[in-house]
Amino acid sequence: MTETSANPRKQGADVKPLVSIENVHKFFGDHHVLQGIDLQVNPGEVSVIIGPSGSGKSTLLRCINLLETISAGRIYVHDALIGYRERNGRLHDLSSKQIANQRREIGMVFQRFNLFPHKTALQNVIEAPTQVKHQSKTAAKLKAHELLEMVGLSDRANYYPAQLSGGQQQRVAIARALAMEPELMLFDEPTSALDPELVGDVLEVMKSLAKSGMTMIVVTHEIGFAREVGDTLTFMDDGMVVESGNPREIIANPQHRRTQEFLSRVL
Amino acid sequence: MHGAQAGTDGELDLIKAIPVRHPGRWIGGAVILLFVALAAQSLVTNKNFRWDTVGKYLFDVLVLQSIGWTLLLTVAAMVLAITLAILLAFMRQSENPLFRYVSWVWVWFFRGTPVYTQLVFWGLVSVLYPKIIFGVPFGPEWFSFNTQDIITALVAAMVGLGLNESAYLAEIFRAGLKSVDSGQMEAAEALGMRRSKIMWRIVLPQAMRVIVPPTGNETIGMLKTTSLVLAIPFTLDLTFVTNTIANRTYLPIPLLIVAAIWYLVITSLLMVGQFYIERYYGKGVDNVTHKPVKATAAAAAAHAGGTPNSSGTVKGQQP
Repeated sequence: MTETSANPRKQGADVKPLVSIENVHKFFGDHHVLQGIDLQVNPGEVSVIIGPSGSGKSTLLRCINLLETISAGRIYVHDALIGYRERNGRLHDLSSKQIANQRREIGMVFQRFNLFPHKTALQNVIEAPTQVKHQSKTAAKLKAHELLEMVGLSDRANYYPAQLSGGQQQRVAIARALAMEPELMLFDEPTSALDPELVGDVLEVMKSLAKSGMTMIVVTHEIGFAREVGDTLTFMDDGMVVESGNPREIIANPQHRRTQEFLSRVL
Repeated sequence: MHGAQAGTDGELDLIKAIPVRHPGRWIGGAVILLFVALAAQSLVTNKNFRWDTVGKYLFDVLVLQSIGWTLLLTVAAMVLAITLAILLAFMRQSENPLFRYVSWVWVWFFRGTPVYTQLVFWGLVSVLYPKIIFGVPFGPEWFSFNTQDIITALVAAMVGLGLNESAYLAEIFRAGLKSVDSGQMEAAEALGMRRSKIMWRIVLPQAMRVIVPPTGNETIGMLKTTSLVLAIPFTLDLTFVTNTIANRTYLPIPLLIVAAIWYLVITSLLMVGQFYIERYYGKGVDNVTHKPVKATAAAAAAHAGGTPNSSGTVKGQQP
């Protein structure tokens, strides 16, 4: 483990991390998928997680917005314990309403886009603002058009997902997540399901999002993106953090054998 | 488009293949035509059909009224059944174990007993419980009804058919909900939507594509099942009325034909309705063209500008 036991949040360090993952374990039955993960993400930081498939990186990401529950440890986002309320040293499950409220602050982009196929791009983007935040349709549409413009799809607002390419769908999915104005964006292998020539457009959108100061955790195989945009790089294998630090240093000069092996295969 | 391909350059040799001949289809068609002609001939020449009687009763006032009652029963029972089925299917998928068990037992009971038995039961409810009393158990009584005044034969028929059907439809709806990709639920959850809203706005509309065809089937089935309401007894539906006329006139065959014609007509109308409902719920998935839904002026302009319009090219090539 490269992370020391230091917990800046409790020690009152200068910058409070927005996301603090502390000794997180996760079991799927007997399978120990996450074996004590520690990870901090500061506000405005782009934290890239790489690793072979089955290393637990997607599971970790899904734990942050409660699509999976953790078996041990703690996850804090903005000082709020995710999924539980701690009282008198015991954890109480949050109600479904409280969980939904926590998720509102966290945007997620999926490998397979998961756009709502019965709704147009615009309807996809305004769905959560109107239904969850109860914004007026007019206000939500105004904002949605801005977001679609930002992802380069202002001319595709009235298209159904089936009428869009994979890259376009993923950019709509990014706009949909941003419409809730989250303080944290999770990207779960956002370009893995795309044809190679469509990857670039999606990465461009993510880059401009990073530049705008969005806090992002990105699980990806795009080493180039990690090097160029990432503030920290974490290499995971077998449910553990093998190496973590400056992306350019790790990619140029990996310290651990498993990191070396992995990078030599993907670069 | 073919104008462009058959252009003046002459390099493009379009394929004009001779299609495979299907003599069997022509022979088969002729045989079928022969049988149709034979059937038509017998329908016309066999006096026992009594077409004059069919014509006389086809638009008989009693028959027309009975069609109204049959339609009312079908629609009311299906509306009740669909409402319950959505509720039951949602309950079955709920995180609340009580909801899941209640839904399961409901389907078990109403699917597990014959609809005829259930209809007889509803007809006898007023014998079983002559009065319906609202109040505190073993305590004061607030108000009460005579069961007969509330559960009339019509109500008994609607409720009996509707509750029975709800069990079958609940399973159809459950299958539909399960057919929707789990990623849809996750994406909606990640946006902070609550479960009930996700089911109603995201999952159910997509499930409808799978739910509508078998539900159309059930509706057509219900149209015919309404003839069982004589078990209650409810005596105004199409089958009962045509049977009564047949018994009175000693002419069963023409009145069976009258009933059959009307059932066919209503079924055909229901099929037309189903076509439009299927098309509505197929939006975004079935028959997707490459055109936007409601093109705004800006979007349309951007689209037209992006892809050079092919008819323009053809015109350009024509000297």
